Amino acid sequence: MSMIKAIVFLPLLASMLAGMLAFVKCGSDKHKKHKIDLYAQWLTSAALLVAMVLSWIVFSQVGLHGETYTVTVLHWMQSGDLDLNWALKVDTLTAVMLVVVCTVSAMVHVYSVGYMHHDPDVPRFMSYLSLFTFFMLMLVTADNLVQMFFGWEGVGLASYLLIGFWYNKPSANAAAIKAFVVNRVGDFGFALGIFATFVMFGTVNLDTIFANAGTLADAQISIFSGEFHAITVICLLLFIGAMGKSAQLGLHTWLPDAMEGPTPVSALIHAATMVTAGVFMVSRMSPLFEYSDFALQVVTVVGASTAIFAATIGCTQFDIKRVIAYSTCSQLGYMFFAIGVSAYQAAIFHLMTHAFFKALLFLGAGSVIHAMSDEQDMRKMGGTWKLIPVTYSLMWIGSLALAGVWPFAGYFSKDTILEAAYGAHTGVGNYAFWMGITAAFLTAFYSWRLIIMTFHGTPRADEKTMAHVQESPKVMILPLLLLAAGACGAGWVGYEWFVGHGAAQFWGNSILVLESHPALENAHHVPGWVKLLPLVVGGAGIALAYVMYMFVPSLPGLVVSAIKPIHTFVFNKWYFDELYDAVFVKPAFIIGRGLWKVGDQAIIDGLGPNGVAQATQDTAEKASVLQTGYLYHYAFAMLVGVVLMVVWYMYIAG
Amino acid sequence: MADIGLGHYLTVAAILFATGMFGIFLNRKNVIVILMSIELLLLGVNINLVAFSVELGDMVGQVFSLFILTVAAAEAAIGLAILVVFFRNRGSIAVDDINGMKG
Repeated sequence: MSMIKAIVFLPLLASMLAGMLAFVKCGSDKHKKHKIDLYAQWLTSAALLVAMVLSWIVFSQVGLHGETYTVTVLHWMQSGDLDLNWALKVDTLTAVMLVVVCTVSAMVHVYSVGYMHHDPDVPRFMSYLSLFTFFMLMLVTADNLVQMFFGWEGVGLASYLLIGFWYNKPSANAAAIKAFVVNRVGDFGFALGIFATFVMFGTVNLDTIFANAGTLADAQISIFSGEFHAITVICLLLFIGAMGKSAQLGLHTWLPDAMEGPTPVSALIHAATMVTAGVFMVSRMSPLFEYSDFALQVVTVVGASTAIFAATIGCTQFDIKRVIAYSTCSQLGYMFFAIGVSAYQAAIFHLMTHAFFKALLFLGAGSVIHAMSDEQDMRKMGGTWKLIPVTYSLMWIGSLALAGVWPFAGYFSKDTILEAAYGAHTGVGNYAFWMGITAAFLTAFYSWRLIIMTFHGTPRADEKTMAHVQESPKVMILPLLLLAAGACGAGWVGYEWFVGHGAAQFWGNSILVLESHPALENAHHVPGWVKLLPLVVGGAGIALAYVMYMFVPSLPGLVVSAIKPIHTFVFNKWYFDELYDAVFVKPAFIIGRGLWKVGDQAIIDGLGPNGVAQATQDTAEKASVLQTGYLYHYAFAMLVGVVLMVVWYMYIAG
Repeated sequence: MADIGLGHYLTVAAILFATGMFGIFLNRKNVIVILMSIELLLLGVNINLVAFSVELGDMVGQVFSLFILTVAAAEAAIGLAILVVFFRNRGSIAVDDINGMKG
């Protein structure tokens, strides 16, 4: 029981201690700074490693032996009918997330020791990383929606701080603000969803909500004098929150820009954990979503569209991290359409395997960037595979897992999702299936495009950079090896538990699937071609990448010029940024400027404080003209005064 | 020859007082003229006091006028002393130059 408290609060403690170290003034004392950095690095890493081991123990207790429990930390707030505890809810869903978050976070912490060693702000970085981990754990252990929202906002804050970690870079600051603002849109939906839940259920406690979901399945809620199906409204609002956090189509624009942050941050926050919070939240709310077919259809369509949309963009980008970022976006789409066909287990399964191989890919990309002297453009790489063989092979493992090649992790989870989409036998399910198959083809294509452009061909970097290309230090390679083990093995180890025959026992009560949504059950009985198709298109994608980038290097140019308009459209990310800029950002700037110049400066300040001050000054200036300084003027004024006084007494008062 | 009565005295006093008053206001020359004008004001008042004292047979008025003469002498001495110091500092005692209190 106290183990879960240790898991959650160790990162917070480490973050606070490392944060204090960040305030130690070192001046030009290199030796002292080095020592402080070391303390911060190993303090946070040690805390996370302990949390990681504990999370595995909790996973075995909860997932394998079925012990679910809730630990109350303290009574949080009471206001009217709202009464909630700060409590840590531990069931299988939480346990899976604990393992994912703690393991990837611990690996990223260790990796950062090597990756960030030359940075001037090491303690601050480590403190932020641990703080993020704490908030993420808060989110996944939440016992009620308000606590989940606390963690939700907390990871948003940590994400903002880490994207803008290099605050000297204007682009990093802009990306951090963009991530924060776009997430606000989603969070607004999430908050409204919580309010609606409270209105309908009278509580925000998850267990109580789930227990009453069935009885309120047909309830109506009135909004703006219209009657709507209450659970659909709640689910759609919650899903808007999930769309923001998980970068789904429409609210995805912040994720690629978030790559401005240091690479370990991209691996931890923008690939493995925070962006999957939306998937987790919707799975957690499965007892609500199950009662709203419409909400599930929306989730399916949005997820499938995101999967294909992001995959097309991934094929055209040249920044190595952006390619992986769009890939993340696309894989999150897979998870969502799995949820949409009620295959929550498959979504969480993919979440877990994806966390391993995507963190591996990101950290591998970081290793490449490190070797190439901070170069991120794939057009300036190439010809390095013999110089950095370990990174090269690790990137292969990550890409094989991502493309879903047997027996790597992605094969099991992605195939299950596609089979479940097919097995749903619904219109949106089929849409999701075909989009997913196309996206799988594109995924394989852009993964090998990335590998070939980065590692093969003639070196396109300058000689100075090429002379410095060398394998990363052991402290960066070791975490990669563990993640690679996950990317290789997590699939076939987890398959039986997550979506196989042991699934019912494994998940216990943490996920609810109604009898009328048998997609996951049907997934095991789909025709053979459905099982084979993902593998075939994956192989085709890999082959096409080899043809286009290895054997016939002139081909990409020809293809691009052949489909020029389409390529330009996709290359510019479907013009989403430009659209939002024109529709939201520019008008907001104009309104803001108007309110500032006219509303604030002219009206409020002009008529208020500044106006009164100006009027006083003008009057005083006019009055001061009376003061000539000549004695006889004053004397004359006195005389006039005396005469008037005398007249007053003699004739008027007297 | 007509008797010289209270009215005559008062008339002389009023003329003196008015002369002093206008001396202060209309003077554009120097501060000494102002001092002299103040003496005239005081003299005008003194004549009033003495005239009423004789008319009413009350000696207090004449005693009071002696006090006023004393004070006027002291005032003239101090005023001239200030004027000397002022001239040393500013190099001028022209009334138009004295506008240090101008707003």
